[in-house]
Amino acid sequence: MSQPPLRVRIQRFLPYFLFAPALSYIMALVGFPLIQAVQLAFTDPKTGSFSWINFETLFNDPYFWDAIKNTFLLAAIVIPIQVFLAVVIALLINTRFKGHNVLLYIVALPLTISDVAAGLIWYSILAPRGFLNKFLVNMHIISRPIYFFGYAFKHMELIAIVLTEIWRATAIVFVIIFAGLQMISKDYIEAAEVFGATFRQKLRYIILPLLKPSLQAALIIRTLFALQVFAVVWILAGRDIPVLAGEAYYWQTEVRNYHVASAYAIIIALISIIISFIYITTLKPHYAERR
Amino acid sequence: MLSKAPYQTRYQLQKMLIYGGAVIVSVWVLAPIVLIVLAALAVPKDLYDIHKVIPTSFTLEHIYKLLFVLGAWQALINSIIVALMTIGLSFLLGLPAGYALSRFIFPGRDALKLLILTTRMFPVMILAIPLTVLYIRLGLSDTLIGVALAHTSMVLPFVILITSSIFASVPVEYEEAAMIFGLSHARAFLKITLPLALPGLAAAAIFTFIMSWNEVFVAAILTFTSRTLPAHILTTALASPDYFKFAAGLIMTIPAMIFVFVARRYLVTMWGITLK
Amino acid sequence: MVDVILDHVTKTFGKVVAVDDVSLRVKHGEFMVLLGPSGCGKTTTLRIIAGLEKPTKGRIFFDDEEVTYLPPRARNVSMVFQSYAVWPHMTVFENIAFPLKIKKYSEEEIKRRVKWAAELLKIRELLDRYPHQLSGGQRQRVAVARAIVVEPKVLLMDEPLSNLDAVLRVRMRSELKRLQRRIKVTTIYVTHDQVEAMTMGDRIAVMNQGRIMQVGEPKEVYYRPANTFVAGFIGSPQMNFIDVTVEPIENGVKLNAGSFNITLPREYSNLLDKYSGKTIILGIRPEHIYIEHYVPANVKTVPLKGKVDFIEPLGSDTIVHVDVGNILIVVKVPGEVKLRIGDNISIHFNEDAIRLFDKNTGKAIV
Repeated sequence: MSQPPLRVRIQRFLPYFLFAPALSYIMALVGFPLIQAVQLAFTDPKTGSFSWINFETLFNDPYFWDAIKNTFLLAAIVIPIQVFLAVVIALLINTRFKGHNVLLYIVALPLTISDVAAGLIWYSILAPRGFLNKFLVNMHIISRPIYFFGYAFKHMELIAIVLTEIWRATAIVFVIIFAGLQMISKDYIEAAEVFGATFRQKLRYIILPLLKPSLQAALIIRTLFALQVFAVVWILAGRDIPVLAGEAYYWQTEVRNYHVASAYAIIIALISIIISFIYITTLKPHYAERR
Repeated sequence: MLSKAPYQTRYQLQKMLIYGGAVIVSVWVLAPIVLIVLAALAVPKDLYDIHKVIPTSFTLEHIYKLLFVLGAWQALINSIIVALMTIGLSFLLGLPAGYALSRFIFPGRDALKLLILTTRMFPVMILAIPLTVLYIRLGLSDTLIGVALAHTSMVLPFVILITSSIFASVPVEYEEAAMIFGLSHARAFLKITLPLALPGLAAAAIFTFIMSWNEVFVAAILTFTSRTLPAHILTTALASPDYFKFAAGLIMTIPAMIFVFVARRYLVTMWGITLK
Repeated sequence: MVDVILDHVTKTFGKVVAVDDVSLRVKHGEFMVLLGPSGCGKTTTLRIIAGLEKPTKGRIFFDDEEVTYLPPRARNVSMVFQSYAVWPHMTVFENIAFPLKIKKYSEEEIKRRVKWAAELLKIRELLDRYPHQLSGGQRQRVAVARAIVVEPKVLLMDEPLSNLDAVLRVRMRSELKRLQRRIKVTTIYVTHDQVEAMTMGDRIAVMNQGRIMQVGEPKEVYYRPANTFVAGFIGSPQMNFIDVTVEPIENGVKLNAGSFNITLPREYSNLLDKYSGKTIILGIRPEHIYIEHYVPANVKTVPLKGKVDFIEPLGSDTIVHVDVGNILIVVKVPGEVKLRIGDNISIHFNEDAIRLFDKNTGKAIV
């Protein structure tokens, strides 16, 4: 059999040609930084040779341990609340009441709001002369304003951050869960109704199990983002509440020590990988939906 | 005869619960936005007056000052430039890849998909911090193009995956019909597929714009003087009096809201698909 | 098992009237088929009986108990969905056991009943499998097993056979019918396939555009259709419809089709009295028309002459299209025929099988 013409042989490689530019770009702009990050983190800034000194600086810095604690604390508080709210709102919109489309757009609105803006918005609400305080004072519920900001009020700062994050990022979880909910065939739910299930039973036996893949995806994505929380904390609390990304930013831009900053970056990356791995292995759905 | 009363009242109760819930959620989301608008436009006197919960006198003064005295206007322009460059570059690279993914089944396809997804899983810090060193060497430090390049690498996975599903939704039969009638594959793509995919692509472009527009960490560490809006606000607004903070919040939020309104129909489906 | 009574049920979706003033009584233990083309309202009617839709007007009763506003789970009905709706994340056992689990049966009782249902549907070996490991036909059996396991008051089936291939469909028809006989539950079965309706139903309710056109036993619906819709929907090939003018004559009535005549005896004169001079529709089924050598004995026939226009051999029968004075008449002949296109041929209408319909209303003239 004779060889097909060159043009046809090239055709076989067409998808690879189409993919090549994007792939090389990603490899370059992800690959190089990764290598560079490792290099920076393990290099002594003074001698230029391999050294653990950056990580030593890291581990000896109390801010680091606070950052680890706070990053995880925030994630542990915010994520479960967001998942719960997202599921509730998704179910609510799924009842398709009149106007559910409007609610859908409203709920998705925070997706377009940057974390900087969210931080500023909630600052305006929670400031000493912000709306919340003014409202409460004028309603005579409190006589002096509640202070949410300032080093002396670290616990309140945490609450402010939690509120802001819930307001800002629930939409991310919601969108994934809602898409997953839509994919559950209406027949499955109607069958459950006909065979006697109450709403709670429908939820427990049909809806939540079938929502598992979406829940898994939402958890992974939300957790990975949560490990990188930065602007909201920086605006509302500065370094009063250290977080990993904030410390990385601090070392990078204010101390100008790129090496320690890279060390922080590597720590964040490692934690992300480990957590993704844990999620993927523990939440595997054991059936495959196929028709 | 069974009276319909007990079940009827149940339905009414359910209905009230649903609408009540809808109202609460709407207020929860919308109120802060309304409040920042009020706060940004209010006269400082009203802001600091503890007894004035809702300001009554308004001024554009702080927004104006923020934009033109404190440099936010330039930062805004920078943000637009970076976002447009990001869209241009990421679509240039990503569209072909997305098309390849949607139309062809080739060995390594699933591996590529996985690879793209995993790159997105890396935290932004580990991608951006080393870039600063790289950029100094390349002379890209403190440039808008540098930020755009970094943003492109962040949004490229999203662009590839979303354009892939957009193209997949255009039936391949249309292209094939065109090719049977004499067009080459490339022309069939340009004349048939691309126009049909345009609405979806436009929405994807808007989302890419928003992602670049809102991005703060990378922009903040890669630039010092030519900053994008979020990076600029991060440093200047924090040191400013409250009314500037509020004005900053407003000018960051408004463009995003406009985009959302324009692209509202594609909004949720897009995010749902891609984030999965 | 109960009687199911629909009392002037109407359902509108916005401007669309899906179910239009439907009243029906399904007797306990009966296998009632709702038959009709797509969009005729049969599925909506079924869903109203299930409680998945609420009627806009009218009431539904199970025996003496009004269930119009009861939610599905309070009605004790079972349903087999067209898509089967077998939950993908549960095993076959868990699927079938679900109704029992909800009703809080004991574990041993659940096991016993599930095994019984699985045995009846011949899927005993599949109990541990997941739906994605089953074929379409097997999943359908799971859906049926799940529906009968809890002994419902009413069993509802929404086109359960339409997604199966032809061979399986024929087999499942008889299995389902036998199953229903055995467990004796009031069954309401929706389909657009008239063969299913004729072979399975104790009674058939033919529906069109939200209304019931006729309710009756298969024989009745076949031999005495109440209107042209029912007459045309049941039977394949479709009944022949010929426009004729009524001309009364001595000792009988002449039906003038333009290019040919059919004379009917005196018994028909009174019937057609008020149609004198007017146009009515004559209907006759292809299987009730005979060609020359195939006329059965002791049957009154009306002869006509025509030319063979087209022949469709089906194997078991042959469909012959005959041109009688420019009117095409379809004849079904058992077995093969030695005819060619263009042959002159005489055909005979079975006089007793002739049906007459009012041209304006479509209603049968009786």
